[in-house]
Amino acid sequence: MNVTRRQFFKICSAGLGGSSIALMGFSPTAALAEVRTFKLARATETRNICPYCSVSCGVLIYSTGDKSKNSQAEIIHIEGDPDNPVNRGTLCPKGAGLRDMVQSANRLKWPEVREAGTNEWKRISWNEAIERVAKHMKADRDANFMAQNKDGVTVNRWTTTGFLASSAAPNEAGYLTVKTIRAMGMTSIDTQARI
Amino acid sequence: MTNHWVDIKNADLILVMGGNPAEAHPCGFKWVIEAKKTRKAKLVVVDPRFNRTASVADFYTPLRSGTDIAFLGGVINYLVSNDKIHHDYVKAYTNAAFLIDPGFKFDDGIFSGYNEEKRSYAKDTWKYQMDKDGFAMVDETWQDPNCVWQLMKAHYSRYTPEMVSKVCGTPKDAFIKVCEMIAETAAPNKTMTNLYALGWTEHSVGSQNIRCMAIIQQLLGNMGMAGGGINALRGHANVQGITDFALYAQNLPGYVSAPTDADPDRTTYLTKRTPKALRPGQMNFGQNFPKWHTSLAKAWWGDAATKENDFAYDYFPKLGGASDVLQMFDQMYQGKINGFFCQGFNPLASVANKKKVSDGLSKLKYMVVMDPLATDTSEYWKPHGEFNEVDPAKIPTEVFRLPTTLFAETAGTFTNSGRVIQWRWKAADGPGDSKDDTEILAALFLKLKEMYAKDGGAFPDPIMKLTWAYAQPTKPSPEELLREINGKALADVLDPKDPTKVLVKAGEQLGTFGQLRDDGSTSCGNWIYCGVWSQAGNLSARRDNADPSGLGQTLNWGFAWPVNRRIIYNRASCDVSGKPWDPKRTVLKWTGKAWGGNDVPDMRPDAAPEENVMPFIMNPEGVSRLFCRDLMADGPMPEHYEPFESPLDNNPMHPNNPKAKSNPAARVYKGDMEAFGTAKDFPYVATTYRLTEHFHYWTKFSKINAIMQPEQFVEIGEELAKEKGIALGDKVKIRSNRGFIKAVAVVTKRIKALEVDGKKVHTIGIPIHYGFKGATKPGFITNTLTPFVGDANTQTPEYKAFLVNIEKA
Repeated sequence: MNVTRRQFFKICSAGLGGSSIALMGFSPTAALAEVRTFKLARATETRNICPYCSVSCGVLIYSTGDKSKNSQAEIIHIEGDPDNPVNRGTLCPKGAGLRDMVQSANRLKWPEVREAGTNEWKRISWNEAIERVAKHMKADRDANFMAQNKDGVTVNRWTTTGFLASSAAPNEAGYLTVKTIRAMGMTSIDTQARI
Repeated sequence: MTNHWVDIKNADLILVMGGNPAEAHPCGFKWVIEAKKTRKAKLVVVDPRFNRTASVADFYTPLRSGTDIAFLGGVINYLVSNDKIHHDYVKAYTNAAFLIDPGFKFDDGIFSGYNEEKRSYAKDTWKYQMDKDGFAMVDETWQDPNCVWQLMKAHYSRYTPEMVSKVCGTPKDAFIKVCEMIAETAAPNKTMTNLYALGWTEHSVGSQNIRCMAIIQQLLGNMGMAGGGINALRGHANVQGITDFALYAQNLPGYVSAPTDADPDRTTYLTKRTPKALRPGQMNFGQNFPKWHTSLAKAWWGDAATKENDFAYDYFPKLGGASDVLQMFDQMYQGKINGFFCQGFNPLASVANKKKVSDGLSKLKYMVVMDPLATDTSEYWKPHGEFNEVDPAKIPTEVFRLPTTLFAETAGTFTNSGRVIQWRWKAADGPGDSKDDTEILAALFLKLKEMYAKDGGAFPDPIMKLTWAYAQPTKPSPEELLREINGKALADVLDPKDPTKVLVKAGEQLGTFGQLRDDGSTSCGNWIYCGVWSQAGNLSARRDNADPSGLGQTLNWGFAWPVNRRIIYNRASCDVSGKPWDPKRTVLKWTGKAWGGNDVPDMRPDAAPEENVMPFIMNPEGVSRLFCRDLMADGPMPEHYEPFESPLDNNPMHPNNPKAKSNPAARVYKGDMEAFGTAKDFPYVATTYRLTEHFHYWTKFSKINAIMQPEQFVEIGEELAKEKGIALGDKVKIRSNRGFIKAVAVVTKRIKALEVDGKKVHTIGIPIHYGFKGATKPGFITNTLTPFVGDANTQTPEYKAFLVNIEKA
């Protein structure tokens, strides 16, 4: 029989519940009380990769809901992906704690600004954040963009704003980052790969 | 990695040096255990500390931190003088026979062409002798005193077992035992794999540490073999991918070297970077450089990149000089940088010399933190007791903190250190108003574009004309981006051998980088990723883990760059005639008509062995390099130099030449040389490292990890503890010339004092993971202590060997 991982959970939990009820003298057809199933059986399983070291272990993420529109998924469990040829279902002490990382009390939830010289964060809207950062960028770029160097060679660079890029970002985000910041003329760029 | 994680199980010997995978990469390390169990492979660990990897090793020996080249130079000397080399391999596949310019010299620690004032080399003698046809000259007998073999032999003859022991503090008999174990893999059917990580890179001689291993693996004939290679374990889940996409100044995506001020026009730029074959009949794959660069320009600027405007050559910014994390913070410190973005990066904690970093950040006009977490860096301006003593009123920076999503909340690909690109699916939305990095970048970019459209400004063309054909311009999807990265045909791509045949129709996804063109008819965002999303669809999402060869190649799981090849240089796993050196571990073989086997050939598929096309196709020589001519900043052959903060008065290899004490070609900024401490005030060697319960400065934010390892500690040996009156659990203060931290002392047998150059040297081990933000107990940032100097080639800071003092707090 060909069963998926989720079907396997369902079969196990239903089978166990059914047989113990029968042992207690109830006829299965008369038993109306619902047997508690594994929470994971009702969860949505998503394949992802641990964000820590470069072994890039496959993980299975279990979340509530079925990803239907307007339903809010909550991640309830993360474990190793047994199909992944490198980690084969295992996770290390770091990876085993992934749920606590996702649900860390230190997750940032909205844009904030610390105004010059102050000692506090202030919540702002995305619109304000994007508008203010873009203004800073344009002012700095327009003031310091070097079209030619002292020998008259066209260099078209902007060195006075720097960018440290994330090695935890997916390739697609990395690509869009390098595409946009190079188009702006940035050359003060680096990543964790160096350190 | 030249090989990949599962391939470690094919090794006969695993040498771990400069890494601690049992602690830092446990799920990859299982393949070491697998090799031990199923192949009776041996594990050898060489490390300053008896670490968790050492605890399951067959043999362990210590060395002083920062002396790996002395150790490995000794191994090279052992292999050469005891004739433990794979002769047929070295003869055919390396540059041992190549003749070097007679002007090349090495004199008391300094190579020819040194400029002391500039701390750099003019490398015009570090080159081959050329014949009249423009090919490198060789002496197949290896007798010419200027041939690579003779130069290498002479260079490493100084690295005797006695010298190794004197410099490294490794007992002589233990060193010889390691040499003997390594030497066994010179047999054609035996392989050693080498696993290293930041323990090799984070030194002022980091790149040359790895060059040593490259030389050793060539001498043993272990490159290209299953169970062989040089394998960097690496850090973040996508550190490989972000390196491939060149989120740093020196390259463009796919290791396409970025234009500099010395390349005023496209022709000059391409000519300099498109090599000519150095030996007859070689593939010299680098000759395709113009195709990679032109296709990138088409991906970024589309119709605005035309033949007439040199494919938008001037839209690429030219690099004006050094640019790396140390250089940027030095510029910032000097007030020459006004704005700064930290995307998923916590430099206050992770860059050397916290004080200098903090002072630099305090001079910014604006800083933007894009991160899922409230990092230490985002609050560098905020007082956090003795852990961060600052006065916010004096810091005029506007700091923006933008919440991003975590791995579970985005789709897209990660590339592991074995170069396998794997698709991830999104499980849930991020908390609150957090957004994907792509969405934030799109918002900033589109806002800036709108401002330039409205008000004009400095050279808006590359911004205005950047391709942006995303279905939702504010939300470029990972699928769209990966297709763009892969590239497509903009016009029909024709077969060069038969122009009536269309290889790829206009508009279709490309299947391989062999289809890229330099005439503007193809676009490709990263040539080495070409093939990941072909007409066959998203190959990174493949999940067939079948392994018919039993070697662990799993060719239908994800997609490995380049062209789904799992072991790089795999042509070298066969002899010259195309027979595998070890038929039991056949990666590749010549079938009579083509190369076939259990991997994608790293060779033109129809190149018959008689054609003598050599396996190292990216090198214009066709062979690998024992002597790497002018490609490194600090010498064509590795030489031992002391760390910039050394417990010794001089370099025991060159006791009378102060110029050769530490790497003569390493860059040191004004003020940083003065900030180095000496052994008089700071007598102990310190080295930093990671714990299995923590990942860098992230997991201190995760409750369960904080429970497992809640508090900053340092490890010291029993002998030093006794001398200093420090007991297990005491609070201690560790000082370097740049600052101090306080931590709990763990007194251990794992770190022993070493006898170095007649002197007893103690080592103190300092885990890095703590800071003033997070769920762990507030702690000091370890990089308060570390020196602001990097490797001469990569500028990776010297976090692994510096000087401190210690006392009870």
